[in-house]
Amino acid sequence: MTLFERSSKELQEGLHSGDFKIADLTNEAFARIEKLDGDVQAFLALNKEKALEQAEEMEKVPFEQRGPLFGLPIGVKDNIVTEGLETTCASKILEGFMPIYDATVVKKLRDAGMITVGKLNMDEFAMGSSNENSAFKTTKNPWNLDHVPGGSSGASAASVAAGEVPFSLGSDTGGSIRQPAAYCGVVGMKPTYGRVSRFGLVAFASSLDQIGPITRNVYDNALLLEAIAGVDANDSTSADVPVPNYVAALNGDIKGLRIAVPKEFLGEGVGEAARKSVLEALEVLKGLGATVEEVSLPHSKYALAAYYILSSSEASSNLSRFDGIRYGFRAEGVKNLMELYKETRAQGFGDEVKRRIMLGTYSLSAGTYDAYYKKAQQVRTLIKEDYDKVFENYDVIIGPTAPTPAFKVGENIDDPLTMYANDILTIPINLAGVPAISIPCGFENGLPLGLQIIGKHFDEETIYRTAYAYEQATDFTKQTPQIWEVK
Amino acid sequence: MAKLTKEEVKHVAHLARLAITDEEAEKFAEQLGKITDFAEQLNELDTTNVKPTSHVLPIVNVMREDVAQKGLDREVMMLNVKEQEAGQVKVPPILED
Repeated sequence: MTLFERSSKELQEGLHSGDFKIADLTNEAFARIEKLDGDVQAFLALNKEKALEQAEEMEKVPFEQRGPLFGLPIGVKDNIVTEGLETTCASKILEGFMPIYDATVVKKLRDAGMITVGKLNMDEFAMGSSNENSAFKTTKNPWNLDHVPGGSSGASAASVAAGEVPFSLGSDTGGSIRQPAAYCGVVGMKPTYGRVSRFGLVAFASSLDQIGPITRNVYDNALLLEAIAGVDANDSTSADVPVPNYVAALNGDIKGLRIAVPKEFLGEGVGEAARKSVLEALEVLKGLGATVEEVSLPHSKYALAAYYILSSSEASSNLSRFDGIRYGFRAEGVKNLMELYKETRAQGFGDEVKRRIMLGTYSLSAGTYDAYYKKAQQVRTLIKEDYDKVFENYDVIIGPTAPTPAFKVGENIDDPLTMYANDILTIPINLAGVPAISIPCGFENGLPLGLQIIGKHFDEETIYRTAYAYEQATDFTKQTPQIWEVK
Repeated sequence: MAKLTKEEVKHVAHLARLAITDEEAEKFAEQLGKITDFAEQLNELDTTNVKPTSHVLPIVNVMREDVAQKGLDREVMMLNVKEQEAGQVKVPPILED
């Protein structure tokens, strides 16, 4: 087994009592990666030398100056820039790109004393639900290597599930933290839009993107969100709302909590096992003193179409910066500047990214703007209003994270629309901008299922309180895949 | 509205500065057609007088004092530039002879 079966609390206890040193934890991460990553394929770049140097330095810091995450290793999704550590967004167009500054979240990790051990694979530019759209490798699900880990933060979830690292950061535009967390049986939080600074997150859809923590338990997740949250002068869309002490909310008490269950989340397209696991979870929560009532979010079925138009439109604009001139891949043998742009982008981007850039360009062009882009923005308003209305009378909304457990590698890759349908339960949450977590709530054929708990704007506290109470009453977050037994 | 022709895809690819072969244009026309077909379902909703949402938070402008701050050094900025000369980025000819 590994040191990483321990929670952050137990790891700190071990450091304090001298059972192991910070460098032992850093080394453990690299040893696990060496042993397991041939199968899991989660890491794109490793930060071994600097991480070990940092560990030695940090060992000198007296215990009373250390916070709860001090000295603990973390993996970072490869669309978050890390100074001097290659950052590619899993795209050929950024191969070899060396960031010249750190993302705000990376600075905050360092301030908390965390050690970044490497960069995690993803779907190219975070566009995808399986990690099969990476230009470099396909990450596998640690519970069953024939299956995908989900996406786009697939490797962020898989590396934590495999015990390569106890913590990771992902990003979520339409479900990219929650869906892989569900598929890999770990805890993943998409915070309220604006809760975490996006400075240094390579932009996909700027009105939807949000960075969030992936961990093996709810307590560690709350700790990590607290460390990365807060307003930032470098991101004018980050919100100036105080960051609460999230772990203080974890008391297991949810008496009187008002839970709404949207009938649209348990209807057509949702698998039987996912449905059943959610109904069982609701019974557990009722047993703890919560009330459960059915509600309707009538515009849910329109979210997927609205999302693909809006996110692709924003992406087509954001990704125009990749032109081969200032950084990244540059096509050779071109005659003029126009050809340089076109060839660099044609050779540098993968098919899914090209599809979305073209869909976005089309949606924004004269003649289609009103019918597609503006229409989708209006539908976004209707979806947001659905959520506002339900939250007038309820504290949280609960449903499955994904309609099914992880599918097989290769199963959906040739059919974009079927692939997109994996995200029908997570996408509306990004359109409404509210926070939501996925926590493990069951299994189907040995593959994990996720429970999604959605909260009001800036009320991550109630989500964590609910998730923690559920976690304490069940044992799903204590289970680990067989791959952990590797010597 | 929904079906995209090969010519339309080529035009969109040009606007997006993507080189595209005939074969690719055909493949993308079919795939994008399916997606735009799917998007047609939004027309089932009456959105007359519904305000569009571009951003969920009520943030309008974020102001700060107009004080000069040190930026990044030019040397650092040029670190990832493939072709450069005397601190300038080099590109192929913009106009042809």
